[in-house]
Amino acid sequence: MIDAVLVMNTQGKPRLAKFYKSLSPVKQQEIVRKVYSGLSSRAEHFCNFVEADEIFGARTKLVYKHFATLYFVFVIDSGESELGILDLIQVFVETLDSIFKNVCELDIVFNFNKVNTVLDEIVMGGQVVETNSTEIVKSVQEIFK
Amino acid sequence: MEQLKTIGRELAMGSQGVWGSSKEFLELVKTIGEAKSKAEEERIVLAEIESLKRRIQEPDVPRKKMKEYIMRLVYVEMLGHDASFGYIHAVKMTHDDNLLLKRSGYLAVTLFLNEDHDLIILIINTIQKDLKSDNYLVCCAALTAVCRLINEETIPAVLPQIVELLNHQKELVRKKAVMALHRFFQRSPSTVSHLFPAFQERLCDRDPSVMSAVLCALYDMILVNVKPFKHLVASLVSILKQAVEHRLPKSYDYHRTPAPFVQIKLLKILALLGTGDKAASENMFNVLGDILKRSDSTSNIGNAILYECVRTLTSIYTNPRLLQNAAEITAKFLKSDNHNLKYMGIDALGRLIKITPECAENHQLAVIDCLEDPDDTLKRKTLDLLYKMTKANNVEVIVERMVEYIRNISDNHYKTEISSRVIELAERYAPSNQWFIQTMNQVFEIAGDLVPQKVAHDLMRLIAEGAGEEDEDADSHLRSSAVQAYLQILKEPKLPSILLQVISWVLGEYGIADGSHSAEFIIGKLCDIVATRPGDDKLKGYVVSAITKICAFEKAAGQTVDLIPECVSFIEELYASHSTDLQQRIYEFHAVLKLDRDTIASILPMDASCEDIEVDKDLSFLNSFVESALANGSRPYLSDNERRGMGAMTTLASNNDAGTSSLLRFQPYEKPSIPEPAAALVTASHYSQDAIDQHDIYSKSSSNDGTRLKLEGVQKKWGRPTYTPEAQVPKNPINISDSVKVSSSAAGKEASSRNSSAPPYTERKQPSQEISAEKKKLAASLFGSKAGETKAKPAAKLQQNGTSKKAPAKPTSPPAPAPAPPPADLLDLSDSLPQIPSVDPVDQLADLISVDSSAATSTTSLVEQVLDAGKVATKGPSPQASLQKDSVSRQVGVTPSGGTNPDLFKDLFG
Repeated sequence: MIDAVLVMNTQGKPRLAKFYKSLSPVKQQEIVRKVYSGLSSRAEHFCNFVEADEIFGARTKLVYKHFATLYFVFVIDSGESELGILDLIQVFVETLDSIFKNVCELDIVFNFNKVNTVLDEIVMGGQVVETNSTEIVKSVQEIFK
Repeated sequence: MEQLKTIGRELAMGSQGVWGSSKEFLELVKTIGEAKSKAEEERIVLAEIESLKRRIQEPDVPRKKMKEYIMRLVYVEMLGHDASFGYIHAVKMTHDDNLLLKRSGYLAVTLFLNEDHDLIILIINTIQKDLKSDNYLVCCAALTAVCRLINEETIPAVLPQIVELLNHQKELVRKKAVMALHRFFQRSPSTVSHLFPAFQERLCDRDPSVMSAVLCALYDMILVNVKPFKHLVASLVSILKQAVEHRLPKSYDYHRTPAPFVQIKLLKILALLGTGDKAASENMFNVLGDILKRSDSTSNIGNAILYECVRTLTSIYTNPRLLQNAAEITAKFLKSDNHNLKYMGIDALGRLIKITPECAENHQLAVIDCLEDPDDTLKRKTLDLLYKMTKANNVEVIVERMVEYIRNISDNHYKTEISSRVIELAERYAPSNQWFIQTMNQVFEIAGDLVPQKVAHDLMRLIAEGAGEEDEDADSHLRSSAVQAYLQILKEPKLPSILLQVISWVLGEYGIADGSHSAEFIIGKLCDIVATRPGDDKLKGYVVSAITKICAFEKAAGQTVDLIPECVSFIEELYASHSTDLQQRIYEFHAVLKLDRDTIASILPMDASCEDIEVDKDLSFLNSFVESALANGSRPYLSDNERRGMGAMTTLASNNDAGTSSLLRFQPYEKPSIPEPAAALVTASHYSQDAIDQHDIYSKSSSNDGTRLKLEGVQKKWGRPTYTPEAQVPKNPINISDSVKVSSSAAGKEASSRNSSAPPYTERKQPSQEISAEKKKLAASLFGSKAGETKAKPAAKLQQNGTSKKAPAKPTSPPAPAPAPPPADLLDLSDSLPQIPSVDPVDQLADLISVDSSAATSTTSLVEQVLDAGKVATKGPSPQASLQKDSVSRQVGVTPSGGTNPDLFKDLFG
């Protein structure tokens, strides 16, 4: 399952933080910090997985993708496919892109509500519900009609 | 995402205000973004919170405005600040009729509240209502909220509605209902266990997206228990086949790959179902082969499917042909330039070698590449693989790599994990002791206090035991090389405490063994060790014991030891230590130094840490002594419980006799006194029971005297006397009297020979007197009954000696602490004299201390004393406990000598 979805910028500022497990706000902040420090030191060509046992418990991994000023990070356990999640991040970003037309960091900050809605259409309760970008856009537009 | 590359200019564009939010929010984000320091950001956010607090409470805030406030609260909270004052407004917003506002309310609530939050109860009603809404979007919003907000207790409140939604006409709602139920399953499986059939029915939903939602749930359910789902193999295989053959709607394609996410989930499920199930696995071979053939290895998602397929193949019943294909794919992954694929390749290889270990050889180079890659994730994964591949023939290389790795990381979590693996591998495959010791030293040096204490003890044991064979030369070579290595290591700054403990022990035990280092030199080194860690009491304990041993060895060898000034000041300091353990050790140290050469040699023989100490728990060698004591009118032994009871009594009743009689009444549950035991002497093993049985009798027959009273008082003072320590008590006195003084390191044999041969008789009197003081009674009652017994215990000769003297010896004798012993023989006595009493309090003291985990060493000294006590009695069965602890306990190496510290025992003697 997916334990958390985080979007943060390259300065470590969270732009979206969604946890699918109950965690105290303090713990959430700590996780954001640790994830950031884990990612910020990694070179571009390194693999997109980081083992996160220490941050999130045994057998969890961070799967992340770096776009311009943003890191998109999914925290997963062994029930998810690492490579599959990479493509899911791609789906997420493509969807944001078609909703915001050339999405940028500020879009995500100001349209917090909408970004969350997009994510809710993709991931629900820690499980992937939809992977087709067009479908997602359709449901989101339905909601914001 | 080329477009995203432009995001960099994010804040520069911020002022355009095209996002439909208010200027203020925009300003806020902008100023926070431009904040130069954390403190400045903090200030801005706090100001924002203040203003929100004020405004949100104004009456009649327009709903649109309120929505914005709430979003700002969400933002503030995401930055790590408390926005709890606004939670209630978010809750209210979920009641709104407007879908967008309602959704915003739900969103804020799901972000703010945990499932156990008090406010949840205010939302349940709304959720229930929304689940029944005609607007499917409202339903969806409620279902999303349900996933986050419903806990075990509230599940029943919404479950019926959600089950109903499984048949909703909109596939989106059905899908989300499945997800919500899945969530319930994770929270509390029993609440939805009756819904398994409904789940399976949804597997055949006319819309594939609902089916794929069910797969998520199935995976988790199968993970918990495979059995009830075995029959699904055929249907799942056929679904997978349809997906692979492109028969699902086009909308499920992703980059021209047919329904990849469905395929991956199905492969994961099949891996679970096929594990160890040949029939099920055979059903799958076809479709798996198909996937391997069709999947596109040029796209990321294609490789995701291929990897999953390899994973499934290595989980289910093996098919050699397909495994061959899997190996080829793995090879392709490993050869790829893409780090992600390399990572997956290493993982896949780790799975493959479990089935076909030889396949690793083909990829040696690729694996080495990954190991040397700067990418930490890849490196760590490769170390994982190596760990799985370790055999006796490659352990040295692999361990070297691991050690090198932990040397270069600072992350304690992985340091701990990997060093524990190194230790495990080293223990399992070590080619030689030499190598093992070196490796352990490295681990200690690097990972230091992250290493469990046990490992240090194992290492000391190994050094002490050597190869465990006859080859003494090799062993002593091993030891001197260990000493050499440690002296070298000591030059490094900042060594971890645990390593210093090992070093102290080894230096103490073997520092001067090969003659290449002088005692002064080693003692100097030991003092240096202490100086590096002034506050470490445990380490000091190790060092004191080591110094004691070295001095003892020197004296035993006929040399005089001149303590260097550092050492003297170190020791002086310890007399005033707050740690009773350290004080104890230092008094022991002094007592040992005062002994004569032979005694020392038997107390602390060279290189005796591995000798087995045989402990005669039953103290059979005392039988004769006891018999004679009883014959001379001593009171029989009373068990602890008995004495404790009496203590209570005596405090109540001033009359001792009254105390005893009431004592009987107070212990109605005890076995009725069996008269025969008096006759029954018996094998040693009966002692304890006998003691219990008999003491009743004896307590009746014998009147309490002053001694006993005092004894009880003492007992109380020192803490709960448990049966076991007490049992040892009688050993000690005798122990001492018989064997003079036995140190922990004294070989059992030696001690035994002494006992049986009944050494210097002159000594005997005095010890016996002391004994009689407090413990005679115990001993007597223990053994007294047996006096008449058929089985004369081994120490028949002793019996005579002991009896005559002991019986009369009353409490009068003991208190005299005779620290200044003129004649050699007497000297022993005098030392042993105070010793006797000392045992008791020390035991108890140790009991007290040992509660504290940090006082492990003190426990050791307790153990040691016990061992000491037991050592005398070689003939009896040796209790395993003492054997196990032998090497460890030996560190302390000295019997407690109370001689110098009479106050400690004043209470005992009254």
